[in-house]
Amino acid sequence: MKRSRVITTALVFALGAGVVAFAPLPGASVKPANRRFRVEASSFKYAPATIKANVGDHVTIDLVSTDVVHGLYVDGYDVSVTADPGRTASLSFVANRAGMFRLRCSVTCGAMHPFMLGKLHVGRNDLLWRALALALLAGLVGVSLAPMRGVRT
Amino acid sequence: MTAPGLGVSKRLVATTPAGMGSPSGRQGRAELPQLPSAPSTESRLDLLRWPLLRAVLRSRWPQLLVRVAALAGFLVAVLAGLLGTPVGNHNFGIVLVWIAWWTIMMLVALPFFGRGWCSICPIPVPGEWLQHGALLNPRRDGMGFRRAWPARLKNIWLQNGAFSGVAVCSAVVLTQPRITAVVLLAFLFVAIGTSLIYERRAFCRYLCPVGGFIGLYSQLAPVAIRVKNKATCAAHTDKSCYRGSADGAGCPWLLYPGALTKNTYCGMCMECVRTCPYDNIAVTLRPFGADLRSPAGRRLDEAFKGFIMLGAAMVYSAVMLGPWGDLKMAAYDIGSARWFAYALGVLVFINGVLPGLFLGAVSAGRALVASTQPVKRSFVSFAYALVPLGLMAWIAFSLSFVFASISYLWPTMSDPFGLGWDLFGTAHASWQPYLTRSVPTMQAIVLVGGFAWSAVTAHRIAAEEHEQRMALRQAAPVIAYCFLITVCLMGLLIA
Repeated sequence: MKRSRVITTALVFALGAGVVAFAPLPGASVKPANRRFRVEASSFKYAPATIKANVGDHVTIDLVSTDVVHGLYVDGYDVSVTADPGRTASLSFVANRAGMFRLRCSVTCGAMHPFMLGKLHVGRNDLLWRALALALLAGLVGVSLAPMRGVRT
Repeated sequence: MTAPGLGVSKRLVATTPAGMGSPSGRQGRAELPQLPSAPSTESRLDLLRWPLLRAVLRSRWPQLLVRVAALAGFLVAVLAGLLGTPVGNHNFGIVLVWIAWWTIMMLVALPFFGRGWCSICPIPVPGEWLQHGALLNPRRDGMGFRRAWPARLKNIWLQNGAFSGVAVCSAVVLTQPRITAVVLLAFLFVAIGTSLIYERRAFCRYLCPVGGFIGLYSQLAPVAIRVKNKATCAAHTDKSCYRGSADGAGCPWLLYPGALTKNTYCGMCMECVRTCPYDNIAVTLRPFGADLRSPAGRRLDEAFKGFIMLGAAMVYSAVMLGPWGDLKMAAYDIGSARWFAYALGVLVFINGVLPGLFLGAVSAGRALVASTQPVKRSFVSFAYALVPLGLMAWIAFSLSFVFASISYLWPTMSDPFGLGWDLFGTAHASWQPYLTRSVPTMQAIVLVGGFAWSAVTAHRIAAEEHEQRMALRQAAPVIAYCFLITVCLMGLLIA
């Protein structure tokens, strides 16, 4: 393959990758609202396991533990709350970042504690769609650029 | 063990006690006969050119010290598992093995050094010491029967089975300190027993479930041990690298370096560097994934290892990082009906569904180009395209797991046995996940790279049979399969 073609394709890929990764995407703007969720924690799950909000929403999570002491830590927002059994503890924050954020139990509650997780979805998960588009682009460029001759091992 | 390329020396190899020198093995370097010295075909960077690194790798002392330190850490982990707190994330054994070691293994050692870990792994060390009758320089009068490993089992199907067995029990193994300790001790004693019955490192080569997947992914590593000049090896009748000499043991991994084309079974123990009297062994730097570009040595058992590992990465991502509590409890509740259903589902998924769909993709590609290759050969060859995606899937899984859990290490380091110690002043450090904003982006980048790498590999494998355009047509369904797997992984990890 000619070197100039390789360089051209690589530059086009870099440009395309930059666009896919960073270009602003159109999205319906939703007026921020107050959202309140009641989340029940028991060994080793949250119910509901997934909660959704829009970007800019003021989110309040009422955590209720139904067995032992559980916690709830929100990835990406670095906020947490702890609930004693039978008591409700609340956590509030403004959901100003879009994407998927894991909810993690922050208090050791049993053997599977490190895997007690839930999910918070805020707005549209652009990372997922951008990653899938990048994968397609990288695969396309990879198969068109990679030399097919064998190499020494 | 048949040593590829040994030719007339095969019979002698089969009857020479493992690790012992041949009758004429003790050969002073000054007396060596002249062998062909055509210009080396290897032009890659040989790390042994650096005097300090060469001295460190040739000497047994640094390796012994690291192995002893690793063995001490292993035994402390076992003791902590048996005697420490039963709470998994506060137990030093659990945290050291499944968080600290796993981090180093998956994010550093395996991608960059391949089987480098195997060269310092503590598990086979006591058995090897007994087998060699020495801690440092192998002797002729070590212990054991040195039997040849059964020919029927000279493959990695046992490792595939062992890994699958551990995988369906992983929710308990990873969280119960005593179970982790028992599993580690079982590894240790099986390794010792195997060393006393069979020759060389039969445990590592044919049994170790961890070694199986390290071997698979070591094909991607940019470091490899290869001979500099194959003509020198062909003319060297003593084959001291395989049979051993006064300078060291014959290859513990039952390999003949002169015929080495893949990293899969090379434990990077450096014995061949020590025993080659012609200084014909190089530790080379090479492109990532170079082994996948060679069609030599592709096998069905290794292909299935690829499916098992890829499937296990998906299952672990669902069970350990997903929001499904009932699935977690099914994985944890060993012996219950729901666990049997879970285990059956996992085994069918990794050994049936994934390979079955892949067979469909391979068959579609064959139909598109009217391939004349046997189906099995196409299936096995294309399965190697899944190796990069598999490793990247494990790295992506580990990123989430590790950054969320590594802070459990600080208090357990200070108080490994739960006795109220505070060795490093971190006994009361609280749990703190790291980089929670960045981890999903890192995972996405890793998976994108894994898919692209697998797509290129599939295209290259097809190009072994066809010209480039036809090759792309044959590889397209396999690339689509890889994309489907990538979508699933992204769905589990970042969606």
